[in-house]
Amino acid sequence: MTLLRRHWPSYLPWLLAFVILLAIPFLFYDWGKGRHSGFVLTLMSEIGVMAIFALSYNMLMGQAGLLSFGHAVLLGMGAYCAAHVVLLVKAGTIWLPTELVPLAGGLGGLFFGFVFGWLVTKQRATAFAMITMGLGELVSSAALMFMGFFGGEGGISIDRVMDTSLVGVKYTSPWQVYCLLLVWAFIAAVLMKLQTQTPLGSIANATRDNFERAQFVGYDPRMVRLYQFALSGFFAGIGGGLYVLIYEIVTFDTVSAGKSANALLAVYIGGAGGFFGPILGTIVVVLLQSGVSLLSNAWLLYVGILFIVMVMYAPGGLIGLLFMHMPIWRAGRMRELLLPYARAFPPALIVLLGFVLLVELASFTTIGAAQGKKFSIGGHLIDTTAPLPWVIALAALVLGALWLRREARGFRERWDAVTEAIKLKGAMS
Amino acid sequence: MSTIALQAPAIELRDVCKRFGRTEIIRGVNLSISRGERHAIIGPNGAGKTTLFNLISGRFPISSGSITVDGKSTANLAPQEINRLGLSRSFQITSIFPRMTVFENIRCGLLWSQGYRYSFWNLLGRQKALNEAADQLLERLKLSDRRNLLAGLLSYAEQRALEIGITIAGGAEIILLDEPTAGMSHSETDSAVALIRSVSEGKTLIMVEHDMSVVFGLADRITVLVYGEVIASDAPAAIRGNAAVQEAYLGTVAA
Repeated sequence: MTLLRRHWPSYLPWLLAFVILLAIPFLFYDWGKGRHSGFVLTLMSEIGVMAIFALSYNMLMGQAGLLSFGHAVLLGMGAYCAAHVVLLVKAGTIWLPTELVPLAGGLGGLFFGFVFGWLVTKQRATAFAMITMGLGELVSSAALMFMGFFGGEGGISIDRVMDTSLVGVKYTSPWQVYCLLLVWAFIAAVLMKLQTQTPLGSIANATRDNFERAQFVGYDPRMVRLYQFALSGFFAGIGGGLYVLIYEIVTFDTVSAGKSANALLAVYIGGAGGFFGPILGTIVVVLLQSGVSLLSNAWLLYVGILFIVMVMYAPGGLIGLLFMHMPIWRAGRMRELLLPYARAFPPALIVLLGFVLLVELASFTTIGAAQGKKFSIGGHLIDTTAPLPWVIALAALVLGALWLRREARGFRERWDAVTEAIKLKGAMS
Repeated sequence: MSTIALQAPAIELRDVCKRFGRTEIIRGVNLSISRGERHAIIGPNGAGKTTLFNLISGRFPISSGSITVDGKSTANLAPQEINRLGLSRSFQITSIFPRMTVFENIRCGLLWSQGYRYSFWNLLGRQKALNEAADQLLERLKLSDRRNLLAGLLSYAEQRALEIGITIAGGAEIILLDEPTAGMSHSETDSAVALIRSVSEGKTLIMVEHDMSVVFGLADRITVLVYGEVIASDAPAAIRGNAAVQEAYLGTVAA
């Protein structure tokens, strides 16, 4: 593993990821009709935009320790700016290649990041969180008041098909837009990754850890916060620009508290500690939103529960869980965890199934009944008013939990033994 | 360096007072510390030694009086602005960047003084001179084998060494150390003293310290602070023989 990495240039994993992401839609390609699956492309485009958004959010939260409740303001302002630029290009007032529309969004985000940042970065910690929340509400309400810029409730619609492409593409199909999105997502992600390795990125970590100490090495924490906020706005704005190209409309929904919460959810679930955590989190959140929401009325509940479980049991997020396994992987002892994992899997699955059954039973007796939907599993109609399904669900949940607890204890013992042995070996060598 | 700058004391306090509400912690302190001097501030608990440090370094504003660093008034200056005048301090309660590596901690101490400011276009990995300087300092601190460890995981004595490292990294001409050896064992204290001696070579050092062997071993001059007032400021030998000091401070140690 390390041997391989030594011979790999550092950009190879990025290149690999790019090729894979470019290839994935072809797995769902309808060869008969000769076209891409619209659903998959929409889903992956959504993930792309939200991943940039979540990464830009992590520039504040993970890197600088700033918990913002109004980050969507930067995404939204970037999107509105990009939309207006597209309108101007269409009107022939200015000339700009379609490919650079996201950059226009980014510059808009940078501008508003600087202006809003000037207001909100005077404070840190809880006060910062509160001010960003106020700012989010302020911009949301402004979006409905200032018709000229925000277009009111209808928002601003654009037509992305312009004759200004640098590569001669019209962007009429979602596939073309997806390719453009992928390029921009990678540019943004690479730049954000590099930013963590700059003096500003490093000092942002320092102010996160100990803002007072940063002062006594010559830095003004307020300016660190401001520049970090403005740069975060730039990348969120790129996301906004892409949003406009994908959906061809931008409404006040893009600046709303709900959008801000999305970034927060993605970063918490994926983990703020590692650079790629927010991407993992975004994938999970978007799949729940766009995938599970097709199957279940209660999808939002699952997101909420997942969020709570992660915050309670894995504050490092998914990436934190992965990182925990790294020393064991490097020591070549993952095999010893296979059995404990295999033993914990059935009870965990039973708990999950029991929980889902319970939630779905509840949801079908309430919302489902109101919508006239029937609950069926594998073609079997389930009577949600009968006691049996409820009993089964509860029993699975409770018994599964008890079983899981037993296995978890064994797992923990094994885990501790392995990590302890690795530590000891590390200390001796 | 101009001769005028040489003549100005490194730090001068004139009638400095500090009140918290009605309580007067620092009561009219006059103190002049010349360049290149190793100066210790001693005094019983609650005498206001750390408060004095907080005033000099700009952590708290003074209530009245004036403080100059290299002849420049520090009134209305933020801590980072005072730091940029060439004054750096450490903290009594260890103050490091716990979730960054030891190396990154030191490098953060270097960044401003090396002119990087808020740069977001330089890649730190490519700054050869900067990284070498950080590694050299780690070598001096004997922390090289801890280089890539998170600072929060270091032992107490190692964290204290890192604290001093962050303080001196920027090459400040005036170094304030607040109880650098507090809580250390004998052998740890010895190596800390050796470290302080070497890093303060040719610089102005001011330190608050309780360990008298450290104070008398290092200091060229000692100021005794009791209840927010300077009762003596003199060479170590004279301080030892000073009756008022013996009564107020050293006497209680002997008893």
